[in-house]
Amino acid sequence: MRRVSWDRLISILLILPSILAIAVFVYGFIAWSGWVSLSNWDGLPPDLSWAGFVNYVRLFANPRFQIDIRNTVVFTAFFLGACIVLGMGLAILLDQGIRGENFFRSLFLFPMAISFIVTGVTWRWLLAPGDPATGRLTGINVLLNTVGLSLFQWYTDPTVVHIPPDGAVGQFLHQVGLGFLTTPNFGIPLAMFSIVIAATWQMSGYVMAMYLAGLRGIPEELREAARVDGASEWQVYQHIVFPLLRPITLSVVIVLGHISLKIFDLVAAMSKKGPGFATDVPAYFMFETTFQGDHYSQGASIAIFLLVTVSLLVVPYLIYSTRREAEV
Amino acid sequence: MKGAWRQWLLRHGGRLGIYLALIAASAFYLLPVYVLVVTSLKPYAEANLAGMWHLPSAPSLESFLRAFEQLRPHFRNSFYLTIPATLLSSLLGSINGYVLSKWRFRGSEVLFPIMLFGMFIPYQSVLIPLVQVLQKVNAAAEVLRIPSALRGLVPGYGSIAGLAFVHIVYGIPITTLIFRNYYATVPNELVEAAKIDGANIFKVYRWVLFPISMPAFAVVMIWQFTSIWNEFLFALVLTQNPAIRPVTVALYNLAGSYIVEWNVQMAGALLAALPTLLVYIFLGRFFMRGLLAGALKG
Repeated sequence: MRRVSWDRLISILLILPSILAIAVFVYGFIAWSGWVSLSNWDGLPPDLSWAGFVNYVRLFANPRFQIDIRNTVVFTAFFLGACIVLGMGLAILLDQGIRGENFFRSLFLFPMAISFIVTGVTWRWLLAPGDPATGRLTGINVLLNTVGLSLFQWYTDPTVVHIPPDGAVGQFLHQVGLGFLTTPNFGIPLAMFSIVIAATWQMSGYVMAMYLAGLRGIPEELREAARVDGASEWQVYQHIVFPLLRPITLSVVIVLGHISLKIFDLVAAMSKKGPGFATDVPAYFMFETTFQGDHYSQGASIAIFLLVTVSLLVVPYLIYSTRREAEV
Repeated sequence: MKGAWRQWLLRHGGRLGIYLALIAASAFYLLPVYVLVVTSLKPYAEANLAGMWHLPSAPSLESFLRAFEQLRPHFRNSFYLTIPATLLSSLLGSINGYVLSKWRFRGSEVLFPIMLFGMFIPYQSVLIPLVQVLQKVNAAAEVLRIPSALRGLVPGYGSIAGLAFVHIVYGIPITTLIFRNYYATVPNELVEAAKIDGANIFKVYRWVLFPISMPAFAVVMIWQFTSIWNEFLFALVLTQNPAIRPVTVALYNLAGSYIVEWNVQMAGALLAALPTLLVYIFLGRFFMRGLLAGALKG
């Protein structure tokens, strides 16, 4: 009996350093950042005098930050959409009992082993825009031209597609008091698609692997039974496969979502803030503000904003999966 | 003849479509690889935007040599950083996983997700205190008059040891997760039997868990090696001194320099990706498992 409690004590001592490290370096530092975000610290020497929420007020009033939020929403929506469609599509194709499955699977997944910096440097070149003045084509544009698509400006494109204020829809929105929806802040920056393409290239194989694991978990008898009952192949997917893949989609949304909300490396390597902040994101804004501009309290407020958005996504998921595990 | 073709298409058309779709997808994933390789083999004069898709007229390894010359010290930094950090964080994860699966205590079920949260946070939210604390460590090393021969081991700001320390700390959640889930599949009866035979906590680990831990170690070590090698934000912010920058930051700076030598850049990118690509090619199976573990329990 004495031995057991001795071992018990040692077990606590073994894990204590990690608990303390997480307590200090994760939770303690978050609290510290939170404090910095409420302080007057501007410039190199630390100044932790109380400023209240002025940094947050200033942040949300900052046009660059408003653009960043728009960019994050656009990037997240298109990046997740593209990865889910491509990843699930490839998984279903690979699940048809084809030859060379291992080869294709490894091929689709290899970008996951590469850093975002390598991806960014490479795609920056692939998507290098030509010269619109001379119409000289470069990179991907050369390939697209052969199928009749004209010159794209990619990540150098300052265009933001938004609802025209003087069109029929725009005028209607103005009349019902939703005129703000016609501003570029509620538009789609075309430059962001370059980042979406590179990020999808890197991460879609991962989504494919997750869906493939999910598909392999569905017993063949289940599909066979439905076929015997006269279900068409499409109906088998519609009524059996897709519903059973829903938990995978949830995981995909959580994993890709939190990556997309805090994306930094790829943007830094590819285009930085872009023309008119067309590819700027909060994580890059935070880096510039804090470590290049020395506006520490302002930078901390962006960091806390990032943390809150990621937490809104991740915390419910962590609670949900802990509860589910406890039930099993 | 035409009829036979039609019948063949009716029977195999679906298959053919699947393969065509897969080959089209392969082209998308291989496109950057083609450009990387082709450009790296070109001399400077040929590596321009307009001729991106052309094959090199006379392939040469000159760009690789140029890129390697510039990146060599940073490769060394990356290895000095990645290997110790990978080994230490795997060991730490193994111990944590062991305690959290076989020596559960009151509250350990709540503690685990609280630890896991640390792997999802945007690291921007800890960077400002992190820089300050690591600078304090340097100041403390100064006060304690740590001899210069040992300075390299002080985990302070602007040192490889400091960067490695940071990776070990923020690697705790993922390494603990993988080991805990792995050890959870080991029957508790084995542990109990060993305890009845008089084994203490260390002996149970040494003789029961550790010998069967190799698959989990492989998964965790490959995961950590890949993530630390590829990591950028910590490396960028915590290494002001150019001499200690890891290869990701060096490549980033190479790509950002004023004279854009695409051939050298592409060769550099290929070289920087090589270690993790080799790991992927030869140990892909374990890499997959790490990826899927990263998504919790799917």
